Order: sequence, then structure tokens, then C-alpha cells
Amino acid sequence: MSTTTTLVPFEDALTRYEPVMGLEVHVELNTATKMFCGCATTFGAEPNTQVCPVCLGLPGALPVVNEKAVESAIRIGLALNCEIADWCRFARKNYFYPDMPKNFQTSQYDEPIAYNGWTEVEVDGEVFRIEIERAHMEEDTGKSLHVGGSTGRIHGASHSLLDYNRAGIPLIEIVTKPIEVPGDKAPSVARAYVNHLRDLMLALGVSDARMDQGSLRADVNLSLRPVGTTTFGTRSETKNVNSFRSVERAVRYEVSRHAGILDAGGSVVQETRHFHESDGSTSAGREKSDAEDYRYFPEPDLAPVAPSREWVEELRATLPEPPAERRKRLQSEWGFSDLDMRDTVGAGALDLVAATIEAGTSPAAAKKWWLGELARRSNEQGVDIAELPITPQQVAQIQSLIDAGRINDKLARSVFDGVLAGEGSAEEVVAARGLEVVSDDGALSAAVDQAIADNPDVAEKIRGGKVQAAGALIGAVMKQMRGQADAARVRELILEKLS
Amino acid sequence: MSSSAISRDDVAHLASLARIDLSDDELDRLGAELPAILEHVKVVQQVAGDDVPPMSHPIPVANVFRADVPRPGLTPQEALAGAPESEEQRFLVPQILGEE
Amino acid sequence: MSIDVTTATAASLAEALADGSTSSVEVTQAYLDRIAGSDERLNAFLHVDAEGALATARDVDARRAAGEQLATLAGVPIAVKDLIVTTGQPTTAGSKMLEGWVPPYDATVVTRLREAGLPILGKTNLDEFAMGSSNEHSAYGPARNPWDTTRIPGGSSGGSAAAVAAFEAPLALGTDTGGSIRQPAAMTGIVGVKPTYGGVSRHGVIAMASSLDQVGPMARTVLDAALVHEVVAGHDPLDSTSIERPVPAVVEAARRGDVSGLRIGVVREFGGEGFQPGVRAAFDRAVELLAKAGAEVVEVSCPHFSHGIAAYYLVMPSEVSSNLARFDAMRYGLRVMPHEGASAEQVMAASRDAGFGDEVKRRIVLGTYALSSGYYDAYYGSAQKVRTLIARDFEAAFEQVDVLVSPTAPTTAWKLGEKSDDPLSMYLEDVATIPANLAGVPGLSLPVGLAEDSGLPVGVQFLAPAMADDRLYNAAAALERLVDMPRLEEIT
Ligand SMILES: [Mg+2]
Ligand SMILES: [Zn+2]
Repeated sequence: MSTTTTLVPFEDALTRYEPVMGLEVHVELNTATKMFCGCATTFGAEPNTQVCPVCLGLPGALPVVNEKAVESAIRIGLALNCEIADWCRFARKNYFYPDMPKNFQTSQYDEPIAYNGWTEVEVDGEVFRIEIERAHMEEDTGKSLHVGGSTGRIHGASHSLLDYNRAGIPLIEIVTKPIEVPGDKAPSVARAYVNHLRDLMLALGVSDARMDQGSLRADVNLSLRPVGTTTFGTRSETKNVNSFRSVERAVRYEVSRHAGILDAGGSVVQETRHFHESDGSTSAGREKSDAEDYRYFPEPDLAPVAPSREWVEELRATLPEPPAERRKRLQSEWGFSDLDMRDTVGAGALDLVAATIEAGTSPAAAKKWWLGELARRSNEQGVDIAELPITPQQVAQIQSLIDAGRINDKLARSVFDGVLAGEGSAEEVVAARGLEVVSDDGALSAAVDQAIADNPDVAEKIRGGKVQAAGALIGAVMKQMRGQADAARVRELILEKLS
Repeated sequence: MSSSAISRDDVAHLASLARIDLSDDELDRLGAELPAILEHVKVVQQVAGDDVPPMSHPIPVANVFRADVPRPGLTPQEALAGAPESEEQRFLVPQILGEE
Repeated sequence: MSIDVTTATAASLAEALADGSTSSVEVTQAYLDRIAGSDERLNAFLHVDAEGALATARDVDARRAAGEQLATLAGVPIAVKDLIVTTGQPTTAGSKMLEGWVPPYDATVVTRLREAGLPILGKTNLDEFAMGSSNEHSAYGPARNPWDTTRIPGGSSGGSAAAVAAFEAPLALGTDTGGSIRQPAAMTGIVGVKPTYGGVSRHGVIAMASSLDQVGPMARTVLDAALVHEVVAGHDPLDSTSIERPVPAVVEAARRGDVSGLRIGVVREFGGEGFQPGVRAAFDRAVELLAKAGAEVVEVSCPHFSHGIAAYYLVMPSEVSSNLARFDAMRYGLRVMPHEGASAEQVMAASRDAGFGDEVKRRIVLGTYALSSGYYDAYYGSAQKVRTLIARDFEAAFEQVDVLVSPTAPTTAWKLGEKSDDPLSMYLEDVATIPANLAGVPGLSLPVGLAEDSGLPVGVQFLAPAMADDRLYNAAAALERLVDMPRLEEIT
């Protein structure tokens, strides 16, 4: 494999080529049991503790379909505006790999449960329609740990250790039709689409949809064609891109790489590629050749799936409001500007803000905390904002303390520290850290007197009618009381004493 | 395409798809036997018209489902009892090539 | 006690157990002794579980003594084909690939045997992964036909057939994918039944061809077979292809055995060319007996049955190639390191070469071909269409008649080694049994006497519509009373 491909800068590439993308997203369902057996699906369990003859592919074991998984598949299909097959089958995809216990994956081939759908994503205020080719049911593989190499990677490993807890967990594979959008938008449309699918899965409640844990995985297929032509070029398939940002980077990288090959008169090889988080590059994996012959055939051990129209309609009635409509509704309810809304969505904080508002906080305050204080912390810690150990209810409690005048914004930051550090509820943190503002006149009065005594010239100005100078004295009181004074009451006392 | 011409090379390719490291003798033998068998079975191509649906399942049932309720599986000890090798409660397999 | 334990029928043993004239320990021990005496010659068993069988027998005796209500066959021992997984004893599928493997779970049929209190004597010999019609493809040497130990017992359930025929077990379970219960039953002079597809759970039965495989009883009488059938049949939620309907009343039918007014169709396509004259003659006599007993016998044509073998030898190997992919040396079974530092891929390929026998490899490669891109429609797809045509032939035939009859196999048992070099001629032995598997309908083979030309047992096959297994038992029980099937006096 040649490694000397020149990368053409993205913008430069777009002057000569148009990218065509295809996205294949695997969604791990959050069912209690696996696709074809009753094993539990708890993430992070001890190795090989969630296995049975079926998911270990032991001789004689037979699969039985999880009804909830079919239900989720249909609901996903409906949410993506797909047609739902009135009769379809599972198929065996035959290939050998140690993480696949039967050496075939039970999947769907030419008869997917859902097909011919569409959805819309928004990028910079512009709406793009993504056509969905199909959404089908299949099962996940086990996980291998490569031992003996330097970095736990497969290359150079002397052997591998296999854990089949994940083997057989239900997956829905969602495949788009070719996505043809203006080249400069392609990376962000790809990212927005995957992000949109995540929102959709969460709204449906069918998956944890966490890219960091692999419950949402994206494969990015990309080809280039010369500007003005219509036939598709040869595509590369970048596998298991595991963050939204990486989806965007993978598209950019592949555009640059393909352009480099094509500019040099070469031809792109149809192959699987791997994305490298470290530098945003991709490298060649398996070459797709005619050796890749999956010998699909209908799974004889499973009965066909023929969802009745009544069942499908029942499931349609359970669909949540489509994310785009919901965003529009919330924006008007909250009185957010377009920019406010975009920032909120962009920060991945929409649901958090919504839940905070639902818990009684004003939209402005909810936005302020999530997009300010908490977004900053999530950035610093490099975690998704939703992963911060604080709930919308806790944020609402902090704001209600502010509204009651018991703490101020500055003290609230310490309360956030305490809650995030697991010190308990907002109330408990306030009590334990002694953060409540002092509005007791006795203590405040003494501090005000002290401040007046310490700043006679300022006091004189106020006496002379320069009320705005009170700020300096308030600051001095606050300093004395380490921020825990009720600023409004302090101001009143100063003005009383100096009038 | 419908001819049953199948060469020794074809057999070697099929054996590699099927992950069987056949010896030269076996390749020779299967290279001779398979065409004879295929010659006999290829008659199926002439029997049924386009209007005949293929039968994948002998009994016409659909929607055989299981409730999403966990059932006890195997203990790791039971799961690993038949393993040629194991380590750290996992199945130990030789180095896996071809992927990175 | 007046019965000879090892030659008694299972039904009479059950009665003797129920009335206390014998005990399960006594019966089980008698069979274990018989196995010890003759199995060195027959090689019907790959594993004998004397301890386990006697433990079950003691338990059943104790429960009976305590007045517990037990299943009809409680205490009557049974042998189980070594394709069916069992805890506590190895399951090899007749292959080196699984030598020494002890499954961590029981097949549903085994669970049902245990629940009904049948002591499991051991695991019987078979063609490797059930692929063969002679038992010569066992990695552990062939089982032999007790009527003539220089001959094959049939296959693939040859060990179960030989064991039952030689009084090493009163009952056995076999599996039938293209005739693997019925053909060895015919070759050894016993009764063998392939139930309706989906009638008996396949959970825990090592798959050969998933859309064709079925577990069934092997016994010395029709009633005995029905008693086992009743124990193992019925819906199993662990098998998605298991039928959710009541089990046909097979025991009642076996006790009835009345063919008066029954419409019986003789399959025109089976019995002519390629059928041994002695087989044909025995079959014709049987049909005459049925007519004399009041059955209405007509000839029925099933024009697509003649393409059954071609369709079968595409569908079956295709499914085999996929079903046997799991034997890859990673999680269980034989692991061969071809050289130091070999990769997983190389170890898989070397292990599969070393662990599988010739017939298994032949079918895997054939099936890989039939499924491969560019050939799928021409081979697998076309073969599945032929299945539809065969199923339609059955439907049409069963509009005219209640059951169909044919010889079970074209010949009587052949000499060991006689057909080993010609896989195709071996495949042709399944011509009459295959259509039932392709269409999913039930079939039963009944011994009807010895062929005049070979002096060896001949079987007659009954076929019925899906879920009408009781019709087989009724018709076969009637014929059983009329034929003069000699008893095996001595293993020769
Ligand atoms: Mg897939
Ligand atoms: Zn499982």
C-alpha cells in the first residue's frame, strides 16, 4: 500500500472535485437482552459473564428474535420516514473472524425491515435532506484485546483475548443513499447527520447512542468526482469513526487524500480504512476484492418477520416529536434567538436546557448556566457536556437559591463546584461550605460601618449625593464578608447610613 | 455461468473462503469430484420457472419472538471450559491478521 | 418376572416397571451388559455412560417406590445419537473436531428425556456431522450392521439403528436430514421416524442443514417409537422453527393401527429403475397386505421427486458450509498450530483441515460454491424453487390420498467400503427419503421382512402431510401386525 499520497488542501480539492458521501451508522439498541438470546447487555461487565450457548455460537444453539429489538427497529424506521416491510427475513453474512462466534453475522440483506426514508439536518441555518436507503437489524460482534504488541493494537500482537459479552447485542444499521451536498458543507453535514441520529435515538429511547462507548458508530464512505460530472468515483469506507468531530475530520481527510490520488493520475482503491483520532488521518485496512464474498442466504433458523400494519401504526403513535419540529417549538416557547438556539444545540445542551427549564428555571438562566459555566467545565475536562456529573434538576435548584436571594451568582459557582464534586445537593453544599449570603442586619451593619470608617473619602462623596460611589463601599463589604453578603441589603444600609 | 466447469484453482479459492487448508491431494480429488456432482445437480436450473417462489423455510410461520427478559446464561467457567486456551477470563486466540 | 429384558419392547418394559415386576436399575444394567458384550463388534456407541444411566435408574426406582406418578417411559433406557448435546458426557458429532468436548448445556430433547426419567445409556455412532448414509464417515470407525457385521448399518444414525437392532438399547434418538433415521432403520430392520419439520425441537442438535434437520425416534416397534415421539415432541421456545401446536396423537394412532378405508398412494417414481428386486418384491407384498386389510391403494405421481437429490445436494451443503463455519478452533474443539507463530486465520484453516473428514470437506466446499456470488441464483436459488415444486407435489398427492408409501431405500445394506469411492452413488441411496425433508413432511420407515435376494431387512416408508404424524403411526402399526419380520437371533 502506497503511503506517499500527497494530500491536497480541502478547499483546493473542492475547486476540481465534488464529494459524494454515504454514511452507515450502527446503533446499538438498549434492550435488556441480546438480539437472539436472553443474555444481559450491561455495558462494562466482567468478560464473558453475559454469554450463553447461542451468543457463543456453541454447536446446536439456535437464535430466537428479541421482540423489543424488532419494535425498536420499526420505530427507528418510522422516525426516519421509511417504509416498513410487511415481510422480511434475516440473512446470514458469511465470513470468518474470531470475534464472530458463528463465523457468520445474522443480519438482513435484500429484505431490510425499513427502507426508502429521509430525514433533515440543519447546518448554519440551512436545511439538508438526507435520503435513507435502509435500516436493518443485525447483531454485534465480540471484543478482542490484542496482547503482546506495544500499544494494544492488533499489529505486532502475539495473541488476542476475546470477550463475547458484546457478541449478539442488537444493532440497527442505518444506511444513507449517496449524499450530494456542496463540497464545503459536506464535512459539517456529515457531522450534523450523525449528531441528528444521536438525538433521534435518544428521543426514541432506543439506544444510549454514545459514540465514546461504541453504542453509536459511523462508517464514512466517500468518493470524489470531477466537478460537472455525474458518475460516482471509487469510494473508500472509513470504519468506526467514534466522535462527531471525527466524522467531520474523516470527510475532510478523505477528500484531500482522494484528490491527491486523482490529481496524480492514480485511481482510488476500494477499501476499508481506519480513522486515527490522533492526527485525523486514515490508513488502509482490508482491501475489498472479489475475495469478499459473503455468501448471503436467508437464515433458516429464524422465521420471517412480518409486522402487521396494526402493530406498525401502534408504534407510529409512540414516536416522539421530530427533533427539528421540537427545536422550533422550544425556540419560540423560550424566546431564544436563532443564535441562542444554534449555540444551545451546538453545545449538545438542548435536552439539558429543556429539562432545566422544565424544573422551574427561566430560559435565560438555564441557558446562562449550561452554555457558560458548565460548557466551560466540559471543555476543560474534555468530556461531553451531558457527561458532567450534574443533573438539570440540580442546576434548577441552584438557580432557585439565587432567586430566593440565598446565594448570589458568585457563590453559585462554588455551589456548582460542590455539586460536581459529589458533595450532595445544592442545599447540602451551601450548608457544608457555609456559602449562604448574609442578610442579617446586625452582621452587615457592622461591616458597613467598618467600610465607611475605612473609606472616609468615598463616604463623603455619597453623602454629597454621588450615589453611584456606593459600589466601592459594597465591594469593601463583600471583601470583608468573603462574598457572602446580600449585596442589595448592603447597598440599602450604606445609603441609609449616609443619607 | 451455468456450466459446471470448476477448476482446481476454483476449488482452492473455495477452500480458502471456507478456511480449510486443503492439501494438494485433496485439491486434486475435489477438483475431479465436484464437477461430477455439479453435473448431476445442475438439473435444478431447468426445473422451475420464474413464477415458482423459492422455499427457505419448510413451515410457513412468521413473527416468532421472545420477550426482552434476561435469562441466565453460562458462567465464565462454563463458557471457557471447552476453550483450547484462555487467559484473564477470555478466550485466547492466535494473533489476528489483516485488520488494524 | 417373566420378560426377557433386552428383547422386550419398550412398551412392555414400561408396563413391567409400572407393575413392579422389574426395576429400572435391572433393565438398565441388562442393557449395559448387553452393550459390554456386543458393542466391541458393532461400534454402535461412541460413549457409554453407565454411571449416569444407573443414577437415573436408581432415582426413577426410588421415586416410583415412593408412589410418585411417573411418565410412561420412566425407567426405560435410551441411546442418543452423538449429534445431540448432553451435559455430563461428551458430544463429538462423530468428528475429530469435537473429540472430548463436553457441552455445557442439554439439548431440549435431552432435557425432556431426563424429565421423563429415561436413563441415557450413552451416545451413538454416526457419520461425521451426520453426513453420510453408511456410517463409514465416522471419525471413530463405522458402526456395523448386526444382521451382517461386514455390512453398513446405514447412516447417518447408524449407531442408534445398530444399537436398537442388536438389543443394546430398546430405544434411541436419531436425526434425519435426508433420510438419516429412516434409511438406517430400514437397513437394520427397525422402526425409524422423521417427524414433521418443527415437530421436535432442534435446540441442542448440532446443525447439519437447518431447514432439513429433524430429531426422531428409533425403536423396534411402531408403538415404542410413538412413545418416544410423545416424550420429545412439542413446542420449544428455544427453537424459532418449532411448531406451536399440540403434538399429534401418535401413541393413540400406534395403538389403533387400522387402515380400513385409508387411502394409500404408492409413489410411482420410487420402485422402478435403481431399486433392488428383493426390495421391490418385499415392498409389493407389503402394499398387498395393506390392500387386503382394507386400505384403498392407488398409484400417485409426484413428478418432481426425481429432482429431490439434485435440490438436496445444493440446499444441504449450502447450509452445511455456513453451519459448520463455527468450528474454527477459537472457542472449543480441536486446535492445530501449523507452525510457530501462526495467525488465527492459519490456525483456523489448519484445524479445519485436520478436524474435518473428506465428506464434510466435500460438502463444505460444494456449499461454498453454491452460495458464492454469481452462482447463488443458479444453484441455491434454483434448488429452493425445486423444494416448492416438491412441496406442491405432496399437496396434490395428499388431496388424493391420506398417506404415501414407497420403499425406504433402493437397496438393502451394502458391504462396508463398497461405495466409499463414489460419493455420487452413495447420494443416490437417499432418493426416496429426501423429498420429505425438502418439504418438511413426516416420514416413517417400517421393517417389512427380509429381501429374498440378499436376506437383509427391507423398510417401507410412509409419508403424511405436515403435522399428520399420527397417520404414519396408524398405517405403520396396521402393517406391522400383518408382516412377518423375523427377529434378529444372533449378531453375525
Ligand atoms: Mg452491517
Ligand atoms: Zn447469549
